[in-house]
Parts: sequence; C-alpha cells; structure tokens
Amino acid sequence: MTGPAATAPILDIRDVLMRFGGVTALQEIDYAVPGGVIQAIIGPNGAGKTTLFNCISGRTAPTSGTISFEGLEIQGLAPHRIAELGISRTFQHVALFKRMSVLENVMLGRHPRTRCGFLAAGFRVGGMRAEERRIREKALDYLDFVGLAETAGRESGTLPVGKQKILEIARALATEPRLLLLDEPAGGLNMRETEELGELVQEIRKLGITVMLVEHDMNLIMDISDRILVLHYGKVLASGTPAEIKENSAVIEAYLGMDDGERPAAQKPGPGY
Amino acid sequence: MGRKNWLILLGAAIFIAAFPWLVAQFKAISHYVDVMVFAGIFSLVCLGLSLLMGYAGQISLAQAAFFGIGAYASGILTTKFGFNSLVAMAAGMTISGAIAWLVGVPSLRLKGHYLAMATMGFGVIVNIVLAEEVNWTGGPSGMADIPPFRIGTFTIDGEIAWYYAVWAVVFCALIFCFHILHSRVGRALRAIHEEERAAESMGVPTARYKVRIFVLSAVFAALAGSLYAHYVACVNPSSFNLMWSIRFMLMVMVGGMHSLWGAIVGTVLMTFVGNEWLQVFAELEILVYGAILLIVALFLPGGIVSLVPGRIFRRKAPEATLAEGAGS
Repeated sequence: MTGPAATAPILDIRDVLMRFGGVTALQEIDYAVPGGVIQAIIGPNGAGKTTLFNCISGRTAPTSGTISFEGLEIQGLAPHRIAELGISRTFQHVALFKRMSVLENVMLGRHPRTRCGFLAAGFRVGGMRAEERRIREKALDYLDFVGLAETAGRESGTLPVGKQKILEIARALATEPRLLLLDEPAGGLNMRETEELGELVQEIRKLGITVMLVEHDMNLIMDISDRILVLHYGKVLASGTPAEIKENSAVIEAYLGMDDGERPAAQKPGPGY
Repeated sequence: MGRKNWLILLGAAIFIAAFPWLVAQFKAISHYVDVMVFAGIFSLVCLGLSLLMGYAGQISLAQAAFFGIGAYASGILTTKFGFNSLVAMAAGMTISGAIAWLVGVPSLRLKGHYLAMATMGFGVIVNIVLAEEVNWTGGPSGMADIPPFRIGTFTIDGEIAWYYAVWAVVFCALIFCFHILHSRVGRALRAIHEEERAAESMGVPTARYKVRIFVLSAVFAALAGSLYAHYVACVNPSSFNLMWSIRFMLMVMVGGMHSLWGAIVGTVLMTFVGNEWLQVFAELEILVYGAILLIVALFLPGGIVSLVPGRIFRRKAPEATLAEGAGS
C-alpha cells in the first residue's frame, strides 16, 4: 500500500442518519477520513454513496448525527459556506456551466476566494480590475494543471464528456479545497482517460488535498486509493486498505451476491460490478 | 466589457446624438424626440429587469411599482418638503431598494417563480396606496407641479435638454450593467441561471445574489421614476399599475432578455408602438400586447436581437479568443 500513514482525521462522520420520508438512505455511519489520503467509497447502486457526499457538501442536511471538517461541525450548513470552508466537489452527472467558456467555468471556481461585489464590479473600483486579472491567471494555472489549457476559449458544453469531467475537477480545485469530493469521476471515460484520471487524482493528493471518491471502476479504485469504505444498504459494511477489502468476505458476498466457496476469496471484482 | 460592446455603444451614441437633428427634418415626426425621452426613461427600468430576468432567471411584476416609488418620492419630497431634486432622487432609489430587499429576501429564498407572485401582489398594494393616500399622493388624480430637475443652478429644461440628459444616464447605466456582467458577480449570476446546484457548491450564495440583483433592478426603476416625475411634472397612479409592469416585461422580451442591448432595442420599439402606432386600437391595445407576447414567446424566444446575423448582440459566450479554430 502506498500513501502516507494515517494522520488526524480531516473529516469525522459521527452516527449519521439520513431519512427521506420513509426511506432510510444512511444509518449509523461512523467513519473518520484521515488527512492527506485518497479515500474511496464503494458500494452497489443505492448504497448511499452520493447521499453521503450530499450530506458532506451541504446539499442535504443529515436527519441526525454530526459531520466535522477539521474539527468544525458542518452538517446543515449551506453549500456555499461549506465551499468557503474548504470542501469542493464534482457531480455524478456533469454540472458545468455549459454556455460559459472553459476558462470562465474555472474562473467561477475562484468565487469563494475573491471579494468583489456589485458596486465594485459596476463602477470598476476597489481593486476590481487587479482581482479580475488574478482570477484569470489562477484559472489558467488550474487548467494547465489538469491539461485543458488549450481548450480555455471553448464553450464548455462543446467539450467531449471525458474532458468535461476533468474540467469539473479543475473548477473544484480553483476553490482551493482541502477536501475534494469526486462523484464517479471515471463514469463515461475510456480506459486511457481513466488511467490519466488516476494519475491526476494522485497529483492532487500530492498537493496536500484529501480526495474522497465514489467510483464503480474497481481497477481504478484498487490502483489509487489508500483506503476504501464500503457502503451497503446505507450502512458501513467494511473499511480498510484495498488489500484488506479484497480479502473481506462480507464485501465479496455483497458484491457477488454469493459465497459458495467456489470463487477464490481474493478474486478482484472487475469493473461493472 | 469587450471591444465589441464599446463599438456598438459608440454607434448607438452617435445615432442617439444625431436623432433630434434627423427627426427635425420632418415636421410629422419632430415630436419623436419626446417619445425618445420616454423610451430612455423606460430603458432604465428595462435594463434592471433584463439583468433580473435574463441573468438571474427571475420574473418581477413590480417594476412599475418601484418606478412609481421613485416618481412619488421625487414628487412628494420636492413639492412638500422642498428637497433638492438630486437628493430626492437618491432618497427614492434608497427607499425602493430597501423595499425590494424586504420583498425579495423571503420570496427569493424559495425556489421557483415565487418572486413573480410576491411582486405581483406587492405591485397591486403599492398602486392602492398611491390611489388612497390622498393627502400625500393626491389620490387617483395624482400630483402636479413637480418642479423641474435642478442640480445647483443648472436646470434641465426643454425637450432637447431632457433627451440628452436621459440618454446620458441610460448609457452610464448600460456601462454599469456591462461591467457587472463581465465580472466575478456577472459570472456568478450566469452560473446561477445555468446550473444553480453547481454554482452553490462552488461557493456562490445563490439566494443572496438573487436578492441583490432584484434590489438593483428596483433601484434602477426608481431612478427612472424620478426622472419621469420631473419630466412630465405630474404623476398619477395609472402610470404605475400592473399593466405597466407587464409592458416592461414585454419590452425586455421583445428585445431579447439575454442581451442588454435587447432591453434597449425592445424598449425603444415598444415605446413607439405603445405611444404612437397602436393608439388606433385604443381599448383593444391590451389584446395587441397579448398577441405580441405570444408571438415572441412562441416564435422569437431570443427577441429581436436574435434576428441580427452573427453574434453581434449576443452575450459573448466564450470568454477568451483562444478558441481552437473549429471550436464553437
């Protein structure tokens, strides 16, 4: 296993319960994400992975329980507050500003780190021009980092899906998060793109950003993650290093729907499971 | 604000500057200068409304009410309290903005078109107040003898002076709006309109931004109302009713609500339609407006500016010019 040893948790999820009407999407979620790791969350569809992301990023407030980010309780805060605190995310279904340019999408990501308001903008005062210039430079830096610099002037909706996914990551990075949530970043990517995504995620971790990702591509997960959390029917089924998870009989049973002893326990669940 | 918009602005400014001279050549249309003063005043209302509708994706049916608040604030403060006209104007804009904030905060925190409903109710209330508070507003017959607009010893006097003063304000307001659109704030507004979820998660306080743009639109409307009161010198509640709010909306839609130029083109056109060319329909005017609204909504959702070839009036979509040749 690669990656740094566990440090103080950057995110501490305590006894989180999430109900939508009569449906319990998450229950008894107790989990601490160490700082500086790549933390994967896996589980069958409907296991509550995206719901957990939504609770962390402020889209929904958990019914009960606490979520602490760097020691500060954030459950129930508005999404823009959580972005300001240093958590950013991408979406399972690409949510770019399609009619804005690639560059403008990333420039928008600078929002929580910049100040200019209506009057400063309208009258072009208060250091507004200088700030605008800095926003543009920073945005270009992030585009460069993810390798999309040449597409800066294009309307973002015209990019191929693979590049749109990467652009979402650049936009999220522009908010200067310390925790980055990636919701199925490899969905719709081909094999080569998935490989590049894996490298990008590791580069991001090297910047000191903790990455949590929900993903179905097992090869990618096993390759890059330091830790895996397995959700099943809204509960924590298992957690540990990729090697531990591969050996975990409960996980194999949940994923393969059987445990008849004929399959070797160490069989690697392939993509598509 | 890009080079393209400055060029259009220059062209528009030359046209506006030459317009009084042009129409003076023809006796039959020499009163068009007067119509253009109104068109300029209404343009201010519609610029604010265009930001609100086209960029924040919200509909307000109270713009005539804010227009009225500006007009009556100027009327009452100058005639009854002897305020300087500039101070009265600023007061009207402040009051209007504060009221918009009070109406906007609860209704804009809800999703969907609650603002349209809330503002419609609010507009009706304002109109009733204007008609009933006879001691202050003169009731249904309104107030007269509002003094001319005076800054120090300088008085805006006569049609031509008003024409240039109003259009100078319109151009300043236009530049102000363009500056907002091409800034951090404008990007946030466009982002909210396109993909609200993502905008929120990238740190944009969406409710707060919607409230602020609504307040801004109310301030613009009050500015226009103040100019209106001083220009016509007498006001009455019927100029500020729901029908006028709908007209303002129509002006923005006819011109094209995703373009600030559209707001101005639509306003000028609809002012001429309303003041000049539709008078023959008299009471049936409202039917004609309804028909125009339907036709625009069904066949020309981008408004008149979408008919202009190329991307001249279109909001610049991709920011930089780094486009990869074939792209977009």
